[in-house]
Amino acid sequence: MRKVAIIGIGMNKWGELWDTSLRELYTEAALAAMDDAGVARVDSMYIGCMSSGLFTGQEHLSSLMADYTGMAGTPATRVESACNSGGVALRQGFIEVASGMSDLVLVGGVEKMTDVDGGMATYALATAADQDYESFHGVTFPGLYAMIANAHMARYGTTREQLAMVAVKNHHNGSMNARAQYPFEITVEGVLDSVRVADPLRILDCSPITDGAAAVILCPLEKAKEYSDKAVVEIVGSGHATDTIALHSRKDLSWLGATYTAAQRAYAMAGCKPEDIDLAEVHDCFTIAEICVTEALGFFDKGDGGPAVERGDTAITGKIPVNSSGGLKSKGHPVGATGVAQIVELTEQLRGESGKRQVKNARRGLAQNMGGSGGSTTVHILEVK
Amino acid sequence: MVGIIGYGAYVPRHRIRVEEIAKVWGADAPSYKRGLMLEEKTVPAPDQDTITISVEATKNALKRANINPAEIGCVYIGSESHPYAVKPSGTTLAEVIGATPDVHCADFEFACKAGSEGMFVAYGLVKAGLVKYGLAVGADTSQGAPGDALEYAAAAGGAAFLFGTERVIATIDETFSYMTDTPDFWRREYQHYPQHAGRFTGDPSYFKHVTGSANGIMEKAGMTPQDFNYVICHQPNGKFPQRVGKMLGFTREQIEPGWLSPILGNTYSGSSPMGLASTLDIAKPGDRILMVSYGSGSGSDSFVLTVTDQIDQVRDLAPHVRAQLAANKNYIDYGTYAKFRHKILKAE
Amino acid sequence: MSTSAKLKREMPQRYRMEAGKCTTCGYIAFPPRSICPECQAREFDTVILPDEGTILTHTVIRVAPSQFTDEAPYAIAIIELGEGARVLCQLVDCDLEQIAIGDPVKIEFRRIQAEGKSGVLFYGYKAVPA
Ligand SMILES: [Zn+2]
Repeated sequence: MRKVAIIGIGMNKWGELWDTSLRELYTEAALAAMDDAGVARVDSMYIGCMSSGLFTGQEHLSSLMADYTGMAGTPATRVESACNSGGVALRQGFIEVASGMSDLVLVGGVEKMTDVDGGMATYALATAADQDYESFHGVTFPGLYAMIANAHMARYGTTREQLAMVAVKNHHNGSMNARAQYPFEITVEGVLDSVRVADPLRILDCSPITDGAAAVILCPLEKAKEYSDKAVVEIVGSGHATDTIALHSRKDLSWLGATYTAAQRAYAMAGCKPEDIDLAEVHDCFTIAEICVTEALGFFDKGDGGPAVERGDTAITGKIPVNSSGGLKSKGHPVGATGVAQIVELTEQLRGESGKRQVKNARRGLAQNMGGSGGSTTVHILEVK
Repeated sequence: MVGIIGYGAYVPRHRIRVEEIAKVWGADAPSYKRGLMLEEKTVPAPDQDTITISVEATKNALKRANINPAEIGCVYIGSESHPYAVKPSGTTLAEVIGATPDVHCADFEFACKAGSEGMFVAYGLVKAGLVKYGLAVGADTSQGAPGDALEYAAAAGGAAFLFGTERVIATIDETFSYMTDTPDFWRREYQHYPQHAGRFTGDPSYFKHVTGSANGIMEKAGMTPQDFNYVICHQPNGKFPQRVGKMLGFTREQIEPGWLSPILGNTYSGSSPMGLASTLDIAKPGDRILMVSYGSGSGSDSFVLTVTDQIDQVRDLAPHVRAQLAANKNYIDYGTYAKFRHKILKAE
Repeated sequence: MSTSAKLKREMPQRYRMEAGKCTTCGYIAFPPRSICPECQAREFDTVILPDEGTILTHTVIRVAPSQFTDEAPYAIAIIELGEGARVLCQLVDCDLEQIAIGDPVKIEFRRIQAEGKSGVLFYGYKAVPA
């Protein structure tokens, strides 16, 4: 298996981009990544996208995106794993380069979510749950994570304020990220007073509806210097796992088993441990998710995810900075793009290009991307050479 | 011996008081309460309809009958609020309880008499030996037009009866039906709310048919009011069953156990069946009961029943009607009621 | 869209809560499965889930998907029905502010969804306070 490097990154400013179409979003990020890498063409392309069909009516993104990035003829594959589509697309690109099948692979993620109204967006996202035995009954994604939150709070004493602190921290980080959808500070009181979405979660516990895309270019590590003068970032670990699709089928409702397993696989491949990680981008689709994820990744003991936020352990200046980008919460969550955008953030951090939100001495970063209520997870570990 | 082998009722949780409705229409609540003898009525939750109420009432009947539902040979739901205009309610009920596919099924509609109609037919089929067990349900989620006098009474609820020949809890000793074409109350196709003929619904309609049916069955059976422990007449409001009972020569004590309308409202097809269920809840072995239904249009079915020793074995296997009426009540305001009953126009 | 076939196909679970019970390890599969996730055995007996249980966790949906907006706010709970069988369903006829983990509930038959004003009606199980 060949070692794999990231030699280009691209991402647009995220938000409610009323003037930008699905194909324009993707093309903008893809071309930016190709420019960053200094390549004019790639050998193959993976596109992470959850639900372009329901959001825009467009399927068959492989052909569309190869065509509009000026590379009709190039093999392209659309990858879907709900909100983990971007993470799985990255893993597929990684496998293709590592296997020797291709040298230059573009991995992009995209979601155009604002062409439908809120009810329809909620419906489209809910298709990532068990359609017949969860969504049928009217549960939403905020609802599923709210049930995880209630279980976690009952079992470990996690507080409503600790949930709010996750959002406050991520908005603080996002306020320093020019590409974030909501680059402003919020307060704990503001979160606790915000509109109720699915008890105990409020609107400021939830990641927003976002239009956005992100892309990276992969190549064999040994050829990285042929393309780019920038610091070389290597993907040293890739872990992928699934869990039951239905939340109610899981023995422990306050534990993300797929995240734990994917992380163990990634750590094993990278030959490192949780304490060796300098920073992490994790899937904070809801505040409770970040707390559960940091436990499953082994950064904190079970039940200590909430107190850890309160202690400031996950701040940019803390023991293990989490979501320096602002996370899904502040940066935005165009679902198929999120997993790729996490790689963009880590690559920038590892290159030392993150400006005011730069994590000091960042050598090794971890990205965790998750689909549904935790039914699929990818974990990637990146190192700067 | 042919008769009832199981019975069960279902009462929705929500209530609205007469005062709350009267307030909206500027009506005089005390005069309604006095004149119609009504206090409050049940309101179905937005996710309840004749089918769901029939299912829950039937589950309670099955708890008392303790039979294999696959042996039920006929399933009848009587209602004037079947959720589908075309597609039976009874098929869903039969599917839920596991009575399909070897079963006869039909929906009945005859204003408030549809429930007793189903009972009449199910009993008849069991007696004829065509089916082993017969199931009949009377249930409704009735609607009175906003501001109409009917709005104070139109309620939701239902009762289910299983008929058979073994472990009978009340034998059916006599039946009688009395029917003429009388346009006192109707709802035309595609209309949301029914219309009624005001005071014509009284003497020439309700009272004529209920007394005709009750006197007819007593004459046929060679009985008088003194032969009965209890009587249940259809309850379009609180007052009519009291008045007709007195006209027929029954005492308040004979009427009382099955007289639910002041706190239940008029559950239409469920009305006299629920009154019978409530009476069975307290009846003793040997008690004789007269049930008289009424459906506008107009007709009345009567049954003479005698309670057996078996009643004591099954009475407490499912919730009693009055216990359900008292439990977990939730009073709603007219706005909530209007929302629940889809009386508010929304954007498409 | 024709949803009649789907409605019909799902009746054993929606109407009667028919589940599969692994003949080897006793795992309850709801809906029924072809292979046991616990022991990989492939033989199941058909069982009916109990109609009483307790709340494992819950929420109140205040922002609802398009087909449920008329009903919001409404509660959803994950319920343990005994022998490890769990379902997710709506919790109705309750005070939305008073729901607690461990509360006893029972199953009732209710209307779950309607396909617009003229389409088919979907019925199934919901929980109510016991
Ligand atoms: Zn097994």
